This record gives sequence, structure tokens and C-alpha cells, in this order.
Amino acid sequence: MSPSITHVTLAASEASEHRALIITLFVLFVLATLGITIWAGRQTKDAADFYAGGRQFSAFQNGLAVSGDYMSAASFLGIAGAIALFGYDGFLYSIGFLVAWLVALLLVAEPLRNSGRYTMGDVLAYRMRQRPVRTAAGTSTIVVSIFYLLAQMAGAGILVSLLLGITSDAGKILIVALVGVLMIVYVSIGGMKGTTWVQMVKAVLLIGGTILITFLVLLKFNFNISDLLGSAAENSGKGDAFLEPGLQYGADGTTKLDFISLGIALVLGTAGLPHILIRFYTVPNAKAARKSVNWAIGIIGGFYLMTIALGFGAAALISQDEIIASNPSGNTAAPLLALHLGGVDSAWGAILLATISAVAFATILAVVAGLTLASSSSFAHDIYANVIRKGKATEKEEMRAARWATVLIGVVSIALGTLARDLNVAGLVALAFAVAASANLPTILYSLFWKRFTTQGALWSIYGGLVVAVGLVLFSPVVSGDPKAMFPDVDFAWFPLKNPGIISIPFGFAMGWLGTVLSKEEPDAKKYAELEVRSLTGTGAH
Amino acid sequence: MAAEAPPPSTEQRKLPTPEEFTEVQESAEFGELRRSYRSFAFPLTVAFIIWYLLYVLLSNYAGDFMGAKLFGNINVAFVFGVLQFVTTFLIAWWYSRHAAAKLDPKAEAIKTRMEGGA
Repeated sequence: MSPSITHVTLAASEASEHRALIITLFVLFVLATLGITIWAGRQTKDAADFYAGGRQFSAFQNGLAVSGDYMSAASFLGIAGAIALFGYDGFLYSIGFLVAWLVALLLVAEPLRNSGRYTMGDVLAYRMRQRPVRTAAGTSTIVVSIFYLLAQMAGAGILVSLLLGITSDAGKILIVALVGVLMIVYVSIGGMKGTTWVQMVKAVLLIGGTILITFLVLLKFNFNISDLLGSAAENSGKGDAFLEPGLQYGADGTTKLDFISLGIALVLGTAGLPHILIRFYTVPNAKAARKSVNWAIGIIGGFYLMTIALGFGAAALISQDEIIASNPSGNTAAPLLALHLGGVDSAWGAILLATISAVAFATILAVVAGLTLASSSSFAHDIYANVIRKGKATEKEEMRAARWATVLIGVVSIALGTLARDLNVAGLVALAFAVAASANLPTILYSLFWKRFTTQGALWSIYGGLVVAVGLVLFSPVVSGDPKAMFPDVDFAWFPLKNPGIISIPFGFAMGWLGTVLSKEEPDAKKYAELEVRSLTGTGAH
Repeated sequence: MAAEAPPPSTEQRKLPTPEEFTEVQESAEFGELRRSYRSFAFPLTVAFIIWYLLYVLLSNYAGDFMGAKLFGNINVAFVFGVLQFVTTFLIAWWYSRHAAAKLDPKAEAIKTRMEGGA
């Protein structure tokens, strides 16, 4: 028997049979979220509504929405797939994503909520010269978001081609365009209010779907985790090594170093992701921001714990050949698992597959909406209102700019997503974390906690971290010189690691320090007094 | 579209003057709040990052230790991984308890005075 070939065709024909069901569920999700968006659009009257959802969401609602923003297709499909193929190393990956939330909880969420209004740039520029720092903050926000967006858009194309059996170029382009148009509609009409509700719906669906599949997996193994792990190890053909670290990252010294680099980027990146940061403005005060992070830690932690069951369950119940044949990175392991749990030729299997696939689409759609909102907010509020119009734009003009920025960013992402549809962009999410940790986090922490920090320090830190992180990626095996690279046929990779964090994050911190100690201007002590008192007490918070 | 909505009511909240901010920043009460926050959050941040890096390094370089089976198919690596989840939940809970008990009342007192007294 030639497993890979038979399974490809099998998976494809199964998928096309269930196509109608998948599409129906997906259309239902789109209709429901469009309804929410229109309703939210009617309630969006001023800039605080558009950027911050009127700041009236409860801690639990925002916790759900934060989880929705964070649990991208990369974590749902990617981690389950990585566990299914590499066992323990896939699980290792998810831990960095969770621990990172403590940085947000302890150092960033509350001070940010207390001292900013709408964007990350509000806090960075608080005691600095507004125009250069806001330009820098806007630039890094847009770069991080575009990296992240590209990964999601390309993911949508891959997923759809696999699950619906659409393989033609025109079909993939159409899907990318559809995702782009929907996200433009969500964000430009619904603003933060609409986007937050879409995130909440998506989070509930994703958690619900994951609980269902986890329950079914555990039921098969009588809730005995040890048995589940044992079957996974055996069925994977790798034995005990499947349950130990090393299958994915342990090959040699370089891959091990790469894993450390990735780990640092994950842990320090979350608290610098613009689409996560703006979520803290949607609640009434810092206390609610803290509680929403706690909810998010609980929800996201529970979710990642369940991905253990998903990933090892897929490894135990499906052959490695079938998983790889469906997608070489294992990205379709979770939907395949749903199909197998229900029974490959049964209606129940079809329903489960369709449900999980629709949830995956919903996940992608919601995350791209969050990213688009973050970048268009930063464009309108930081760059248009405060740099171009020097703070003289009216609220109405600013909101109009935000809506146009949404359309612009949407069109750019559609174009890039179309071009990148066949590139391997799986690593882009981890890179977005590295850029966020190198360019954004140092400046956020210095601004909040270091009295002496100056404009020059902020600029050196943002641009230094940004240029080094993106530059190292450009010359890494992610882009060229590797069979799995974006451009496998050329080789200009002289930087050996796939993740730049281990170099670029310390560099970002060092540049912030160096720029500060070398700058000729005196830090503005009065402004720092104001920022510090506001950030710790919430005095005068919007 | 909603852009045609009536002009928003611009809230005119009285903000303390720069002098008042500087005065509060230098006050003993605020110093106490800052110390109470920083002496809790900073060391704890360093601690959980070291604990996470230790886990990453063990996974990388201590394969035999991590692969040792404890019971059934559960090995040290699995227990350590789950422990990372447990410590994350515990630290979040611990910080929130500290903040509610020690930070919120102080912050609230300063905020009320500054906004009310302006």
C-alpha cells in the first residue's frame, strides 16, 4: 500500500463531500458576525467608541476577547499539528505563549490602561517629543501587524484549499480576498466594539470545539493520560522519544540555540503586540484590565492544556503518513482528528470535521480583524492625527482617517496575502513576536519605569530593535537557503537561526539604554512625574 | 455611517497641575505605593523568566533527566511542562491578591484626592 498517495486523495474527497456543510457553518458565522458588526457600528459615535469600544466592556468580556485575539490559527492548528508530528516539542512551544502573559499582567496592562488613551504610541510618546516617537511607534505597530496578518491570510488560503479541496490559484486568491474584504467590513463599520464582540463569539466557539474534541479523545482512553501518551508514542513510530524534548529542536547545536531564541521571543513578545495592548483600553479601569488578563491566562492556559489532548490524540489515532500527506507541517491534524473521532465514513465524522473547520476559519477571520484594527488605529491616531495634523485633527476627521486606513491596510494585506499564498509563512507569527519583543517591549518598559529615558533612547530602541529583527530574518533560513524557506531556490542566508530574538531583543534594550545615556537632551522630569503618578494610580485616566 | 453621528461630548475633567503631580510623586505615600509595587512585581518577573529559561535549557541539554519516567508514560519533561502552567496560574493569582490588598487602596486614595482636590 502506498499510504501517502491514497490518503491525499482520501482526505481530498472526504473534504469535498463535506464541503456543503463546512460552507454552511462558515456562512452562518459570517452572517452572525456581520449582524453584530452592523449593530456595533450604529453604537459607535465617538473616537473612544471606535478605538476602545467605549471602554465599557467587563473584565470577563475583555478576557474572552483577549483570548480570541491571541488564539490564532497558529496556536489552534499549528500547536496541535506540531504535537501530532513532533510530540513533546510541540507542547514546549505552547508554554512560552502562556508564560508570556505574566509580563503583560505584572508590568504592562495596568500602567498602560492608566496612562494611555487608544494606542501603544500614547504611552511611548507621553513624555517624549511627540512626532518622532509616534512615527516610530506607528511604524513598528504596522510592521508587527503586517507580519502577523500575512501569516493568517496565507494560513486561510492553505486551510481552505485543504478542507474544501480548492487547489486552483484563482480559488486561493478568491479566499484571501474574501477574508480581506470581511475584515475591512468588520473593522471599518464595527470599530473596536464590533471587533470585540466578534472575538468573544470566536473564543466561545473555539473553546467549545476544543472541549468537545478533548472530551472525545479522553473518552477513547478512559481519561487515562498515560495511556494516551503511550498510544501516541507507539503509533508515531518514534517510541519514547516522542514524549521527550528534542524531536523538533534537538537536532544539533544550532537548532537548540534557535529554540532558546524562540523561547525568549515568545515570552517577551506578547506584552509588545499592538493588537493585544489596545485591548486593555476597552475596559473602564486598570483593575478591570488586570482582571481581564487573569481571565485570559485562565482561558488560554486551559486551551493550551487541551491542545495536549488534541495533538497527542491525533498522533495516537491517525498515522503519521496521513497527517503529513494532508499537510507537511501538520496544520490539518486537528480537523483530521475530528473526522477520525466521529468515524471516517459516518455523518457524525462529517459534522465534527465541518464544525472544527468552521471554527478554524472563524479564528483566522477574528484575528485578522484584531490586527487590522490595531494598525489602522495606530495609523489614524499616532501618525495622521498627531504627526501629520500635529494634534489639530477633530475627532470626526480622525475616525474618518481610521476607516480609510482600514481599507488601505486591508487592500495591502490582500495584495501581499495573494503574493504570499504559496510561500511558507508558518514562521511569521513567531517572527512577529520577536519584532514586538525587540522594538516595542524595551521602549514600553523604559518609558514606564526609567526616569532618565529620553526621546533619542526611544527612537534608537524602536528602530534599532525593528531593523535588526527584520534584517536578521531577511538573511535567515526562513527566507532563503533552505528547502522550507520562502524562496528555496536562492541562498543569501548567512544568519543561521530562524528566530532573531536572542540577538535582536538584547539589542533593542541596549540601544534604548545607549541612546539615552548619549543623548544631549535632559529628560522631562515633570512629564515623568505625571506619567508615573498616572500609571500607578489611574489619576486622570480616560 | 456612524461618522455622521452628533459631535461627541468632550469630557472636561479637571486634571491636576504638573506641580501637583511632582509633589505627589515625591510624597512618602506615593513612594510607599511605588515600593510596594516594584518590590513585588520586579523580582517576581525575574524569577518566572529564570524558571521558564531553566525549563527551556533543561529541555535542550538535559534529555536523559527530562526523559526519565515517573509513572506510566508520564516523564519528568511532562511534569515540568504542566508545572509551568501551574506556576503561571499561581503567580497570576498571587500578584492579583497582592494588588488588591496592598496596591489598590493606596492608589485609590491618591487618585481620589488628586481628582477631587484639584
